[in-house]
Amino acid sequence: MLTYMIRRLLLAIPALLFTSLVIFLLVDFAPGSPMSQIPLTVPPDVRARIVEALGANEPIHLRFGLWLYQFFVVEPAYLLDQMFGTTLSTGRQRILSWQSRSPVMDIIAERLPQTLTVIGLAYVIGVLIALPIGIYSAYRPYSWFDQIGTFVAMVGFSVPTFLTGVVLIVVFSVNLGWLPSVYDTRLRMTGWNSFVQQAGQMAMPVMVLALFNAAEISRYMRSSMLDTLGQDYVRTARATGIGERAVVLKHALRNALIPVVTVIALGVPTVFAGAIVTEQVFRVNGLGALLINALEASDLPMVQTLTFIFAVLIVLFNLIADILYGILDPRIRYD
Amino acid sequence: MKLKTALMGAVACFAMAPAAFAERGADGNVKVLYSQAVSIMNAYLSSGTKDVEAGSLVLEPLAGFNEAGDVIPRLVTEIPSVENGGISEDLTTITWKLIPGLLWSDGTPVTADDAVFTYEYCTHPEGGCAQAARYEGIASVEAVDPATVKITFDGPKPNPFTAFVGATSPILQKAQFANCLGAAAPTCTEANFNPIGTGPFVVTDFKVNDVVEMAANPNYRDPAKPAFATLTLKGGGDAAGAARAVMETGEFDYAWNTQINPELQAQMEAGGKGKFVNAFGTLVERIEMNMTDPSADLPEGERATAKHPHPILSDLNVRKALSMAIDRQLLVDVGYGAAGRATCNLVPAPEIYASPNTDCIAQDMEGAKALLEQAGWTDSDGDGIREKDGKKFTLLYQTSVNAVRQDFQALIKGWWNELGVEVELKAIDGGVYFGGDPGSPDTFQKFYADVEMYANNFDGTDPEPYLAQYTCEKAPRPETQWQGENINRFCDPAYDAMVVELAQTRDMEARGALARKMNEVLTKDTYVVVPLVDRGRLSAHSNTLGGVVLNTWDSELWNASDWFRVK
Repeated sequence: MLTYMIRRLLLAIPALLFTSLVIFLLVDFAPGSPMSQIPLTVPPDVRARIVEALGANEPIHLRFGLWLYQFFVVEPAYLLDQMFGTTLSTGRQRILSWQSRSPVMDIIAERLPQTLTVIGLAYVIGVLIALPIGIYSAYRPYSWFDQIGTFVAMVGFSVPTFLTGVVLIVVFSVNLGWLPSVYDTRLRMTGWNSFVQQAGQMAMPVMVLALFNAAEISRYMRSSMLDTLGQDYVRTARATGIGERAVVLKHALRNALIPVVTVIALGVPTVFAGAIVTEQVFRVNGLGALLINALEASDLPMVQTLTFIFAVLIVLFNLIADILYGILDPRIRYD
Repeated sequence: MKLKTALMGAVACFAMAPAAFAERGADGNVKVLYSQAVSIMNAYLSSGTKDVEAGSLVLEPLAGFNEAGDVIPRLVTEIPSVENGGISEDLTTITWKLIPGLLWSDGTPVTADDAVFTYEYCTHPEGGCAQAARYEGIASVEAVDPATVKITFDGPKPNPFTAFVGATSPILQKAQFANCLGAAAPTCTEANFNPIGTGPFVVTDFKVNDVVEMAANPNYRDPAKPAFATLTLKGGGDAAGAARAVMETGEFDYAWNTQINPELQAQMEAGGKGKFVNAFGTLVERIEMNMTDPSADLPEGERATAKHPHPILSDLNVRKALSMAIDRQLLVDVGYGAAGRATCNLVPAPEIYASPNTDCIAQDMEGAKALLEQAGWTDSDGDGIREKDGKKFTLLYQTSVNAVRQDFQALIKGWWNELGVEVELKAIDGGVYFGGDPGSPDTFQKFYADVEMYANNFDGTDPEPYLAQYTCEKAPRPETQWQGENINRFCDPAYDAMVVELAQTRDMEARGALARKMNEVLTKDTYVVVPLVDRGRLSAHSNTLGGVVLNTWDSELWNASDWFRVK
């Protein structure tokens, strides 16, 4: 198992390097320029000097080389400095955002907690809702419960979050006035009151995303469970007379979970990537909002760094999904 | 309108008189929502309006503009003029006197050295200063004594109120930014996020592209202001959401630039929690006529250059007919409502520079048709499209992707179709259209279309640099990497001569007359630029926020020190 993991991780390195090049080229060749953010009142010669100061007019290979150096050498060195008080990164330029002229990594670190709490919680809640619904729907297929579950899943899956989000705002913020429509990042949880406030402002984005996540996973769970319940060994288990509860939850569920766990694990990187639309609608300052904002402003260093981190996470969670698969299914061995 | 705004300002002043005697910080927290989040507080490193305006709460220039566009003192005792000796007779120097005893928010004195340093900071060749244009034409800035700043210009400067005037040209503290000159400017993250200033507020927490927390400046020059102890400036989302947060849910006190369609405006006003305020500046949505041939048949490098005049639009009568067919009032009603008004001028304000021309307001479809007939464009084959010498009258009409602009395109296409003109529409992503990439065929400067639409304005109250954009040499062309401000490639030696004349004219009346004439040359005399809508600024504030006076000449938050809570 260990050699397998090491082999996979080593193989990931060239793949990620190649990915970073592809991302860099894509972002660079994409139309749009940081100049589009400068008002027309700024004369052309001043614009030219601004672009020069950003380093945006350097040849592409130099910029890519610099980014690689900054990402793989300067940023880790800075991290070590922060942790152990060394001076490895002194005098070396970190990756700077073109928009705010501040280190990209600091901004990402500032944004990560919101994304993890809001989007992560939505994911967890989505999974917790989806599994029981999927299991019971499969146990009683085509019952009224299954029909409703299917309908809700269809709605959750096909109605876009920008619509559900705005509908929720209109209902709960505008008409009822119960929940805030704008996420307040400054809120510190210090006691019961602020906890209620935090729960209130997280309620709507979490609801929107949980519905969306639950819809997808409950369908996977249902079909996988349906498959398993039809297997011969389930009939055998029933024949031993151990009771329906044990048959479904012990014998069938464990096997039915194998593909579902993979799907859930592969979905985790999307938690980090944030929910671009939902974050924008509720003004949650997470990574998704950061990415879309950087794209609009053609803030290439920010877009490049963020997408690359997402790529790393996807590779990592693919590996984790494979390993989980091996743990859950004894037939699979990686040695 | 301006009188009305001024009167409203005066009324607001009287209404707030009791509050004005309140002590600093008595009114708690005020929440401001910008639909674009703030990236940086230093206006010299970002030209984005949101950044400049957020910065204006902390960093101040020597003088600013009020809602009427007049220069008002901020850090100085009075506005220099030739009469009070502040401006030399030959208009080559201007001398500012700082208010005695003025302190930075950290308690150290503000001196003339700070202004001199600010000049050095922005004019450093490697700094990439976004506001370098404010410091153009300056020979030197010196500190005569700790309270006196003297600016010497290269030559006579009829409008000396560029450097250190307005939110785009604030004073930085030398002590804080001394190590941030030139290439080091972007590395000073701490200073750029938490600048020490003289404004009513100081930054207490800065979250990039999200929220800025501010508190009242303990050393603000007026001991009774600001009324609010803290200010929260949240950013992000969209204009409609921002308006909703003020007008319908009441979560915020002020929303910036809530440009939404008239229908939604009315719906939100019904929310009853706030009101919209609007004011007009110089932003004009216009159609630009291409005077050169953008045909794809021409070799690259000659396409859309002065070598090939436009086969259709070179005729004045054709351009005029296209303008006459447009119903500008309908465009306003559809797209902007209270935040727009029909205009025929490229320079719609200030009053002294605005031409009284209103010829274009009334739509005249029959007149337009007659003009085209007269110009030789007739529909001889009865297919509804006019021809001349076997060439069909077809136009490519481009603009950026934007809901209002696409509405405008559809309406104008309808009118031009009625005129017998075939119109092809094209909408380009704003990042590309305004991106200026010489390699892209879709930038507005390259103008590979017959007509195009966008909005532009000028910084401050003096239109001289704006009108000077239309000289022959400023046409974008391959030799200039397609950079240049004379988008139409309009070229008239007589106009170029007027540009030179305007730069040398000192008398305000004469400047006004000349600028009005130049505006007319570009619009009603030649129809090279076809103005459509004078786009005002529309913002929203809650009913409990008092003292708001919308100002389009300076930062919108220009008088945040006067804001108070209506009780």
